[in-house]
Amino acid sequence: MSAPTVALRRRAPLRPARVLLHVFLAVTALAWLAPLLWAVFSALRPYSETSAKGYVSWPDKLSLDNFTHAYQQSDMTHYFVNTLVIAVPAVLVTLFLSSCVAFYVSRFDFRVNLALLLVFTAGNLLPQQVIITPLYRMYLLTDLPGITASGKLYDSALGLVLIHVAFQSGFCAFVLSNYMRSLPHELTEAALVDGASVWRLYWQITLPLCKPAMAALATLLSIWIYNDFFWALVLISTGENMPITSALNNLSGQYFTDPNLVAAGALLTAVPTLVVYFALQRQFVSGLTLGSNKG
Amino acid sequence: MTTDTTTKTPEAATVPPPGAAPGTTRAARGHRRLLTRRDRITLAFMAGVPTVLHVALVWVTALASILLAFTTWDGIGFDSIQWVGLENFEQLFSDNPQFWPAVQHNVIWFAALILVPTPFGLFLAVQLDKRIRFSRVYQTAFFLPVVISMACIGFVWQLVYNPDTGLINSVVGANEPGHYIDWIGDPHLNLWAVLVAASWRHTGYMMILYLAGLKSVDPSLREASALDGANEWQSFRHVVFPTLRPTNTVVLVVTIIEALRAFDLVFVFNKGAQGTELLSILVTNNIIGESSRIGYGSAIAVVLLVISLAVIIPYLVATFRKERRS
Repeated sequence: MSAPTVALRRRAPLRPARVLLHVFLAVTALAWLAPLLWAVFSALRPYSETSAKGYVSWPDKLSLDNFTHAYQQSDMTHYFVNTLVIAVPAVLVTLFLSSCVAFYVSRFDFRVNLALLLVFTAGNLLPQQVIITPLYRMYLLTDLPGITASGKLYDSALGLVLIHVAFQSGFCAFVLSNYMRSLPHELTEAALVDGASVWRLYWQITLPLCKPAMAALATLLSIWIYNDFFWALVLISTGENMPITSALNNLSGQYFTDPNLVAAGALLTAVPTLVVYFALQRQFVSGLTLGSNKG
Repeated sequence: MTTDTTTKTPEAATVPPPGAAPGTTRAARGHRRLLTRRDRITLAFMAGVPTVLHVALVWVTALASILLAFTTWDGIGFDSIQWVGLENFEQLFSDNPQFWPAVQHNVIWFAALILVPTPFGLFLAVQLDKRIRFSRVYQTAFFLPVVISMACIGFVWQLVYNPDTGLINSVVGANEPGHYIDWIGDPHLNLWAVLVAASWRHTGYMMILYLAGLKSVDPSLREASALDGANEWQSFRHVVFPTLRPTNTVVLVVTIIEALRAFDLVFVFNKGAQGTELLSILVTNNIIGESSRIGYGSAIAVVLLVISLAVIIPYLVATFRKERRS
């Protein structure tokens, strides 16, 4: 009988602190979600009602009408497809190329290793605006008749894929080479002695072992590229060719002065990122900290 | 590349250095010796293609920014490029009414992020690291803004700040003519308004970085300090925080880079109108705006580049040096 009371008594002084902590965290978390919840609340209400009663008022009618209107009115399917056409190749090519570099520097050449990684990582940390002026001119001057619809690198999905790959491969090469260096060397050594080609070493032995890191990076890259606003804003001139995130800027003009519709449109663009995030939360967070922990 | 390794080989062979490093070098040499001609070609492509792409699109253009900053160019033919020396910079520093405000706003941006959301993110991380119930739920809430695009965040916060229909003005009753608080348009308010949105996002990012850092703190350290009678604050201040040094470095660099990169949010918010000018906005407006001056825009980019490299290079050199040692 005395044992549980002692245990209880020992735990007792902790309790109020814990409760207070939970109250604090719950309130803060709600406050953190408030702007998003406010956007959802506005988007669910018809414009006629909010303009008559004000925005801070008890809702008479909640419906998804704004979402369907925002979606149809601006033909969002088209812009989502634009994003897919850019993001899918960009993620795949970035992962492929950066794993190639990582494989090379982690397995074969230790002298070049540091210099190469330094170049890649530093490039990834530069603000995009540092390179945009010459890049914009370069894209305008590169003629690709018959390859892209615009006949140039400018205003084409290809141009966006290239800059995403070039920019993001810095971070990925850094993370993957750290990862590959932690794999045992005997693995590839033995295969080489057995006469396996370098390509097989990479494709059949090293890559399968990098699956966790690749999954984390793929999640991260998809969200980053999906969320890109700047590259498309500058390097795409035709509104029709814009990916969804950058198109939002033009679309919000189409919704005129209906803030409820703007809210619905903006929230719709966030849906795919949220789905990916909730489905692959662990990959996302581990990818984000993979790079930083090493630093 | 080949010459590099051959010059290194003799040293490695004559002086077998102790420790773990020689194992990897020997393995690498072993790897190299077994390569066929085809393997070497494969390897050259594997390292070459990504490097060429990255260098051409990122470093060559960065270099071109530097060169173009000393010229004027109409962008049509290469022969119209004219060397003008420091003229672009002189104009930028003395004539451009937006330049110094932009520099100031970038500095304020950094100071605000490092002073408010960064410590708060650390505070949340410390609380959530206490093996508390629902930790995952709280984390998700705080981290949600990091996942959503900056552009979307801009629109969401417009709904909060809109003078007519926004949440704040509706609640405080400032949404009637004569009482308006113009969070977006007033140059004395708008930078702070947009910084609240930026901090909202930054907190979650910092929280995740610090949570990862805290996971790697040796739990026996904390136990020892608790046994020695240190209270929570003392053990954090003297035991946990010092071991977070590597995370603090990352956080500092990430925050500086974020402050220099800040663009999307402001562009969506008010296009970088008076009160919210930033260096990144000036560069971009010079391209997509009406009067595109290539040399002048590049000069602004060079200012950004110099500041960024002053941060990036020491950080990376320190990082890689540490890594080579380990």
